Amino acid sequence: MTLTHEPIEGEHFVVVSETTGDEWEIVVGLEVHCELATATKLFCGCPNMFGDEPNTNVCPVCLGLPGSLPVLNHNVVELAMRLGRALHCEVEPSVFARKNYFYPDMPKDYQVSQFDQPINVDGWLDLPDGTRVGIERAHIEEDTGKNTHAGGSGRIHGADYSLVDYNRAGVPLVEIVGRPHIRHPEQAKTYIDELRAILLTTGASDAKMEEGSLRVDANVSVRRVGETELGTRCEIKNLNSLRSLGRAIEYEARRQVDLLETGERIKQETRHWDEGAGRTRPGRSKEEAEDYRYFQEPDLVPLAPSAEWIAAIDAGMPPLPAARRDALARASGLVITDTSVVIAVQRDLDALALASIAAGGDGKRVLTHVEHNLSGEGASNLDPAQFAQLVTLELGGQLTATQAKTVLAEMVTSGRAPDVIAAELGFEAMDSSELEGIVDGLIAESPEEWADFCTGDDKKRGKLQGFFTGKIMKATKGQADGKAVAALLESRRAESL
Amino acid sequence: MTTLPSTALEIAAAVRSGQLSALEVLNDHLARIDARDGEINAFNLVMADQARAAATAVDARVAAGEDPGALAGVPLALKDNLCTRGIPTTCSSRILEGWRPPYDATVVQLVNAAGAVSIGKTNLDEFAMGSSTENSAFGPTRNPRDTGRVPGGSSGGSAAAVAAGFAPISLGSDTGGSIRQPAALCGVVGVKPTYGMVSRYGLIAFASSLDQIGPFSTTVADSALLLEAIAGHDGRDSTSIDAPVPSLLESLGRGVDGLRVGLVTELMGEGIAPDVAARVRQAADALAAGGAQIGEVSVPAVAYGLSAYYLIAPAEASSNLARYDGVRYGMRVDAPTTAEMNAATRTAGFGEEVKRRIMLGTYALSAGYYDAYYGKALKVRTLIVRDFERAYADFDLLLTPTSPTTAFKFGDKTADPLSMYLNDICTIPTNLAGHPAMSVPFGGGSDGMPVGVQLLAPALGEPTMFRAAAVLEAAAPALDEVWS
Repeated sequence: MTLTHEPIEGEHFVVVSETTGDEWEIVVGLEVHCELATATKLFCGCPNMFGDEPNTNVCPVCLGLPGSLPVLNHNVVELAMRLGRALHCEVEPSVFARKNYFYPDMPKDYQVSQFDQPINVDGWLDLPDGTRVGIERAHIEEDTGKNTHAGGSGRIHGADYSLVDYNRAGVPLVEIVGRPHIRHPEQAKTYIDELRAILLTTGASDAKMEEGSLRVDANVSVRRVGETELGTRCEIKNLNSLRSLGRAIEYEARRQVDLLETGERIKQETRHWDEGAGRTRPGRSKEEAEDYRYFQEPDLVPLAPSAEWIAAIDAGMPPLPAARRDALARASGLVITDTSVVIAVQRDLDALALASIAAGGDGKRVLTHVEHNLSGEGASNLDPAQFAQLVTLELGGQLTATQAKTVLAEMVTSGRAPDVIAAELGFEAMDSSELEGIVDGLIAESPEEWADFCTGDDKKRGKLQGFFTGKIMKATKGQADGKAVAALLESRRAESL
Repeated sequence: MTTLPSTALEIAAAVRSGQLSALEVLNDHLARIDARDGEINAFNLVMADQARAAATAVDARVAAGEDPGALAGVPLALKDNLCTRGIPTTCSSRILEGWRPPYDATVVQLVNAAGAVSIGKTNLDEFAMGSSTENSAFGPTRNPRDTGRVPGGSSGGSAAAVAAGFAPISLGSDTGGSIRQPAALCGVVGVKPTYGMVSRYGLIAFASSLDQIGPFSTTVADSALLLEAIAGHDGRDSTSIDAPVPSLLESLGRGVDGLRVGLVTELMGEGIAPDVAARVRQAADALAAGGAQIGEVSVPAVAYGLSAYYLIAPAEASSNLARYDGVRYGMRVDAPTTAEMNAATRTAGFGEEVKRRIMLGTYALSAGYYDAYYGKALKVRTLIVRDFERAYADFDLLLTPTSPTTAFKFGDKTADPLSMYLNDICTIPTNLAGHPAMSVPFGGGSDGMPVGVQLLAPALGEPTMFRAAAVLEAAAPALDEVWS
């Protein structure tokens, strides 16, 4: 079975069965839990801190002691709404509900969550590849404590004893339920990247997958290309990294295709990703699933943020990645899905790029430099006008691409103007007769290669073009303009045919 | 002993003015407890040492020229589902064995701050589930008027403590009548305030949307005094009402002239003992004599109150009581796996009635049954609120029996849970509506046991309710007066 990364029919990705050659589509919906970056917990004043001594950030409320009552943290609502609005959700009047089940890491043996009336509904998230992934809801709930099992296999079954740390109990979470609009493992990873960027931009969460402040479950199903009904899905848990996410989706899709092609049915169930074994294993099946007996939390009152509050959140919303890509694409004349646009925003260099373009720099060239030559530190300190000047010098032929790269690196470290640096380095435009002399000399030195270059197939020619260009660049100490070299080689080839 | 004043108002006044020492008052009450609580079993715990320290502190403050507060030196009994810092709080359940709360309930803080002397923790039906205090893991409380009879419940210990003179005032909690019904059966005053008027922080939950803390006392004025002390907004309880505390003592002398009082038709006929109904009519006459206009009013949905209550309250209880799982505090019965330990602990720790209600509530919330049971009960609750609204368009107050009968004998209703549940038929609708109501003693039944009549008011209608209560108190026939 092969997994193609190439889109077909626009935006669909497929799994091609090795046995039948049939094409299958992967359908993924992600559920993301993220801890909100508030100073205190959801319903009490205990610090919301990761990694403290066990059971030090606790009080009667987050320990669920008899008689204690929850009081909603206003800042949780603020951050949840900020995230919701960033995901283009409607903020609705909402209520809290109790999700009832027994587990020792849950102090009250119910989790306060939102069920049928969540705070944020019906939004979307635009991926850099142009896909719009629907967001069904993003609701508030409390985190549980953390169990550690001693002895046995480290799992609860067979453990000698278990320890519970309730520092995390009552930490505010938002669960973001995405619609099944994702079609590829890589796209799932991109979705998480994008969501993480939004969480960071809005200040809603520090979104650290490795510390567990961002946790992902993946609902995976497959269907034959062209089918419109969704297949039976499995929910994959225990995905602790983006790598696991991608691998688990791919494994699970293959597993499901194999089953379906041998005439079996998919059982709807929860499965756990085993990173070591590289496979998913069955957990609880839906038939044995708990009945959570949801009902409205009577210790809390309904939540109805005012229109003013929502408007204030909208007004204070920082520019979000998709909007930043859009602005950059417009300014540069590139499409929003262009890699250089995506990367510029990812590296937080879109403001620099926009300012440089505004200062007269060519958009495409500016973004090419951002993508290829500005991955290191200090890039954001570049003076936009000087960056624009560099690009103009380059496009005017005063600097070759290689020289421009060198000058740019120097600009980042020294902060000096490009013309000053170029003069210091002795970079000046090479005149064309000088270049012609050097090229002709090198052709004469390698007659066999030149003959191959002139008559060989595309592959051969491409290889030899590199061979000659390298020699020319070496001979000119990188001062030759790559485009001029290519043009010259091509015209000499045409002459010799 | 008889020379000491008997009401909280009198005691506080005497202590504040330095005429009487709080310690003397306390010792007098401790002596009464010593003499008779072996028989009554009102207390799970008598906090003699803590109470002496508190009384001594009150006396010291008076001596220093300070005012210890409105409840200065008044002995006060606390239902044992109110958390007391460092002092066992049991809910009369074995499952909380050994647990000492690390904090005081808001009401405990308030009464302490007002100078009251907490004298002990009173017995209750386990987790406040019951109407006779027979469901206590520590044995039943006996009715001080006739120890062969129940004191009512679930706040039976708090009612009996006041009726027996162990304390002039006490606190109970009322989820479906648990203050008013025992008040009626013991012949004392009991008040269930508007939902949200008194903070529930530190009240161990039975059914969160119905629970409310309130006072017991021998006089209407003492209940007004205690309610004023415990009412008010609390930032720790999200359902707490953010409104000024009403002046209740001030409203007592205002009479009922011009008030419109409705007798609720549905609660005067079938299921109500004739002697009790007769006392209610007599009470209506007393209000009429005070200038009130009496009418009959139908509140049809109250007929479904009991059914709705016995779905909503157990549903919430099934969730509220989940935390008693043996993991963190209280009893633990060891077993090979966590789930088996949970089950073994709960099996051993909970009594029969608590288990019955957990089962009932779990069932009512289960997938596939939710709409038919819990969902429907919520709709009935809405109907009850609407019917009351309609009634209060024409009436300022409503008048009903508190309990369908006077105090019954031990064991009379334990075999048949439904007949026990019917005890709450008059009190439950108020809890479902979130309204205030109170029981005022009004003579005796044909058996010579006390009868309580119930006054109901719309939300925050306490001042009007207390005006009528004071009139009824003044007009109440003596317990031994032959009823006609």
